[in-house]
This record gives sequence, C-alpha cells and structure tokens, in this order.
Amino acid sequence: MSTSDIKTARRTILIASAGTLAAPNIAAAQEAPGVTATEIRIGSTNSLSGPASAYSVISTCLTAMFRRLNDEGGLAGRRISFTVYDDAYAPPRTLEQTRRLVEQDRVAFTFNQLGTPTNNAVHRYMNQRRVPHLFLATGADKWANPREYPWTIGWQPSYRVEAQIYAKYILEQRPNAKIALLYQNDDFGKDYLNGVRDVLGTRFDSMVRTATNESTDPTVDSQIVQLQASGADVLICGVIPRFAAQAIRRVSDLGWRPMMFMTNVSVSVGAVMQPAGPERAVGLITSDYRKDQSDPAWANDPGMNEWRAFMQRFVPGGDLTDNNFTYAYGAGTTMIQVLRQCGNDFSRENVMRQATSIAPMDVATLLPGIKVQTQPTNFNVIRQMQLQRWDGRSWARFGNVIEGANV
Amino acid sequence: MSRPVTMPNWLRGVLFIAGCTLAVAPIWLLESFHLFQLTMAVIMALAVLGLNIVTGYNGQISLGHGAFFAVGAYASAIPMSLLDWSFWATLPVSAVVCGAVGWGVGFPALRLGGLYLALTTFSLAVAVPQILKHKWVEAWTGGVQGLFLLKPEAPDWLKLNPDQYMYVVALIVAGVCYLLVWNLLRGRLGRALMAVRDNPTAAEAMGMDLATLKTRAFAVSAVITGMAGSLSAAVVEFVAPDSFTFMVSITLFVGMVVGGVASILGSVFGGFFVLFVPNIAEAISRSAPGIIYGMILIAFLFVLPDGVAGLIRRLGALLRRTKGRNTI
Repeated sequence: MSTSDIKTARRTILIASAGTLAAPNIAAAQEAPGVTATEIRIGSTNSLSGPASAYSVISTCLTAMFRRLNDEGGLAGRRISFTVYDDAYAPPRTLEQTRRLVEQDRVAFTFNQLGTPTNNAVHRYMNQRRVPHLFLATGADKWANPREYPWTIGWQPSYRVEAQIYAKYILEQRPNAKIALLYQNDDFGKDYLNGVRDVLGTRFDSMVRTATNESTDPTVDSQIVQLQASGADVLICGVIPRFAAQAIRRVSDLGWRPMMFMTNVSVSVGAVMQPAGPERAVGLITSDYRKDQSDPAWANDPGMNEWRAFMQRFVPGGDLTDNNFTYAYGAGTTMIQVLRQCGNDFSRENVMRQATSIAPMDVATLLPGIKVQTQPTNFNVIRQMQLQRWDGRSWARFGNVIEGANV
Repeated sequence: MSRPVTMPNWLRGVLFIAGCTLAVAPIWLLESFHLFQLTMAVIMALAVLGLNIVTGYNGQISLGHGAFFAVGAYASAIPMSLLDWSFWATLPVSAVVCGAVGWGVGFPALRLGGLYLALTTFSLAVAVPQILKHKWVEAWTGGVQGLFLLKPEAPDWLKLNPDQYMYVVALIVAGVCYLLVWNLLRGRLGRALMAVRDNPTAAEAMGMDLATLKTRAFAVSAVITGMAGSLSAAVVEFVAPDSFTFMVSITLFVGMVVGGVASILGSVFGGFFVLFVPNIAEAISRSAPGIIYGMILIAFLFVLPDGVAGLIRRLGALLRRTKGRNTI
C-alpha cells in the first residue's frame, strides 16, 4: 500500500466517522433538493453587468445578510449558501443562469431575482418545475397570481397597489372628485389605470378622465391642458421622471390647483423636484413603504440603527445613501423569516407554504405600521403604503398607513 | 482560402464521421442543463456564421446582426404564439422576412464603406428593440412584455425529452445551414465575394456585379443569422425587446473575430466562445466579470490574432512542413 492509499483510507474513515456523528441530523432532515444535513442552497440572478448593474448592490447586501446568519450559527444546523449569477439583464441569459442554478447547482429555490423581463423568461419554467421563485425584485403586478402561478411571489408593492392606495385616499377626502389620470401607454402606466379601476369599479367611467403619453413623446404639455379642460380637481400621474418634472411645471404654469399624485418612482429630489422647481410642487402627494435613510426622523430609530450596524460590519464599503440597501435588507429579512418558519423541513412544498403564510410582521427598514404578510390566496407581500407630501424642501409623511384593495 | 488541399479522402471521411459523432453524442451524455447550454452555443455558432458571410467573406463590417437575430426570433415567435403554428412552419417565413430585411439593408451598404457601414448597421441594432415596442406593432410583438411560446415537442417515436429534442432541432437546422453556406462559399460565388472584399476595382473589371453581390451577401447572411434567432426563440420560449439589445450584435462580432474571420469552422468556435467564456469569467470573479471577460478576450486576440481557425490553419501548415522535411 502506497502512502497515498493510506491517506485515502484514513480520509474515508474520517469522513465515515463524521457521517456517524452527524447521523441524528441526517435522520431528521428530509430528502429535499438543495438541502443537505449541513447546507441549504439558494440561488439568484442579478444584473452584475449591463445597463441595470446599479441594482447589483442588492445581491451584495443579501449575500452579507446570509453571511451574518451563518456567523450566528445558520438555521437548523445548516449553513446558507447563496449563489448569484449575472444575467446582464438579458432574458435569455436569465433562463440559462436559472437553469444552471436549478439543474446543475441544484438549489432549493431562487430568491430575489432582478427585473421584469428577466423574470418573465423564467416564470413558466419555475412553475413547471415547481421550484419556489421567491420575493422577486420587480414592481410588476403579475407576480401575485396564486391561481395560475403558485410558485412565484413578488415582494414590493406593485404599481397597481400604489394606484389603489391613491384612489382610496381620494374617495375618503373627496367622494365626489373628478379625477384626471395621466399614464404612460405601457405596462408600467397601465398598472395605474388598473389600480384606480380596481377601487372605483363601476364609478370609474363617470369619475375619471384619462390621457396617455408614449415614453418617446417630447412633452406631456398637451395632455395636461386637455385634462385640465375636463374640469378635474384631482390629478394622478403614472409617468417616468422626465415627464413627471414636465407635468409638475405645466400644472403650476397653468394655474391649475388639483390634488396631485405622482408615482413613487418619479419623486427623486435631484431628478424630478429640482428640475420642476421645488416651489411649484408644494402639496404634491406620493407614497412610500421604506424608511428614507436621509430623513432625520430615523436618526435614532432602532430599526435603522440595526440596519446601519449591519452595514458597518458586513458591507463596510457600501453607500449608505443608496436605498437599494434598505430594500435588500427588507427582502432579506423576509426570506430569513420564511426559513425560520420552515423548522426542519426545507422541502420545496414547505418553503412555498411558509412563504405564502407569513403572519403580519414588522421589518427594520420599512415604515412603522407597514407589515410584510402573505396568505395562500394573497401574494401581495407589501400591500400598504404611507402617503407623503412635498413641503417645498423635502417629503413629509402624513396620515395613516393605507392598504391597497384586495382584488 | 488558398490553403492547398492535401488531405487524403479517407482521412476526410474519418474526420467527418468523428465530427458527427462529437455533435450527436451529447444527446445521451449530457444532462439537460448542459444540453441546453450546448444548444444555445450551436445557435450562437449559427448566428456568427451569418455574420461571417457578410463581414468575413465579403468585407462589409456589420455591427447590426443582432437586429437580424431579433427579426428571425420574432418572425418565428409571432406565428407560433398568436397563430399556433408549428416551429418548422415558421422557419420559411423567418427566412423570407430576414432575407428581405437583409437585402433592404444591403442597399445603403452599397454607398457606405467600412466604418460608416459599421455605424449604420449599429444604429439598426440600437433601433430594433425600440421598434419592437412601438404602438403600431405592439399588438403583434407583445410590446415590452414580449411573447411567450411553447417549444416544439418531440414526436413520440423519438423517445427524447424536450431538451434533447431541441438540441437535435438546433443541430439539424444549424447543420443544414452550415452545409449550404460551405457549399456556397467554396464555389464560384465564394470566390467572387472574397474578390469583392480584397479588391473591388479588380473584381468589377473582371465582370462582377458589385451591387448584386453585396446586397445578396447581406440577404444570405441575414437569413442565416435569422435562423439562429428563430431557434433561440424556440429554445428560450420567450422573446422580449430586452433580449435583443445592441449587445447581441457586439457579441456576434466578438465571436466572429475570436473564432476566425472568413472561416466556417471558426464560426463554430466563435459561437462557443461567446456562450461559455462569460460563464468562465464569472466563475473567476463575481464582482467584475466584465473585466475578466475583457482580459480573456485580449489574451485570445494576442495569442491568436487570426482566431482559432487561424491557429488550426497554422498548425496544419506546420505539420505539413515537418512532414515534408522528414521525407527529404
């Protein structure tokens, strides 16, 4: 017997004895894809390169959160191994990388894959294979469809939920309002149309006048004039930042004073409010579900302190003003909660069952009162938001947390 | 190519059979994911071949072949998704549509040379994803959301799973295209295309019709790349404008240069390079895969300035020289 043979033999014995030691653990663990006695494998795709690579910090943050969990001893004696592959925001690459995760790396499930077109490309694959496709990083409305796609679930409030919340607030404040709705003629904009219709139902036709714009239009001036002429006293805008600035400016120039709502993707101070003129936008209403880390109100907030301490220790180079980190922290907290709920059964069926039955819970980086929750029949994980009003310098939250309509 | 043909016939036969075996064996040897990746590589190889016809053999630089890829994909996806056509029935449609578009693009190419043509075709690649979202065609293309379709299913007697069957489909389509292109290029037309590339004045003096040759080269090239697009739509089962950004064109161009300009075999290597090397780059560095990819690319261009095909050619020449010396 050569030395190398002896070594091999010794190693085999070592492994075998280690196996015996770990036996109680193995006995408890069920046969589940991506789960061993010592490990739970989770996969994800993100745009690490390409046009949307600004979102790659989400993966950085999630990876750090799982590292923290492993440092604390993992879950049910298992470490989390989190694999993120780059899809460069190209749907065919997403399918390739997702198949690699599921078939080659044999992950238990995927978590927080980024993007709407990219997730579209794997939507059917994941549901055919019955692999949990959890808490996607996209605001589209279609992920909350338990009947047809029971293995897919989103996380953040969809644009449709946002529009429902505005409509509910309008009905409460001005039951006889005449509503003008400006929306972009694509899936993003149409979610606002659908959301308002959800709440108003049969009253929609009598209460609402609509105008649409194309993302390629030079301006939305004529649409604003047309909507003002309809005699509306409320204006809801579902448009991208460039048109948001134009709309705010035009409404102010016309001397129109409607109760005005702006989609929360187009309320950046730098990209919208400054170009529009901060004084013109006073009274503009939008909504949010996250704590804004630049808001002094959260300087000593326990939740935000938890997040800051985490960032300092696990993502030391991270940009603390980037709200993708507060987003990721919320999504990661939700995921870890689901894993804790799983107990010792990490089968795909149980992971999905737990992911769709989260009792309302608070999350450190979400506004007080806004809960993460799911039911087997309702996959809208975050369905509440709080309104905020522009006071000329910054956004000020007001009123209670409002919940979207359950449709 | 001026390479002297010295290979005996029996050797060529052996190589051909070995190549076929190599192509077919993965059906049973590889697991479904690897087979899927290989299918995508075959598709990329076919797309690179299309580009090679017009840029490699005919010398017209195109940075817009991603557009033909997209047109081919949609030409298959629209009838499959909206009219429930079978995949095979959409192939002729895709070929005709791509051929027509390619021929049309060939016309401005007559007046524009070199860099100007590169930029013009590039603008086509940039425009196509936006055109696909336009409201006039949205009802057909599905707009931003794209279209979902179903993979062709294997006939029962074949006893293949969907991934195996899709690989066979890709192999057949690509194989037929490669054979046709090889047949086309090694003959009179191939020599004419290269003559136009190397010395247009002389070619014209020899009685070649430059305009016809150039526009037809574009059309054939677009058909081949479009076939690859059709296959990709069927394999991915989803098309969306975001699948066909200008990066596809750049990727094909990289594949052509790395594999070997004006080489049929090189196109195969090119297709495999653009599919597998980004994954290798990512395995090396998760945080900066782009940099690693760039470094591998530069290394390739430095070590193999005339592509993988060029390396094989040089090795062949070296072998022949040593053999010649031995016999003396």
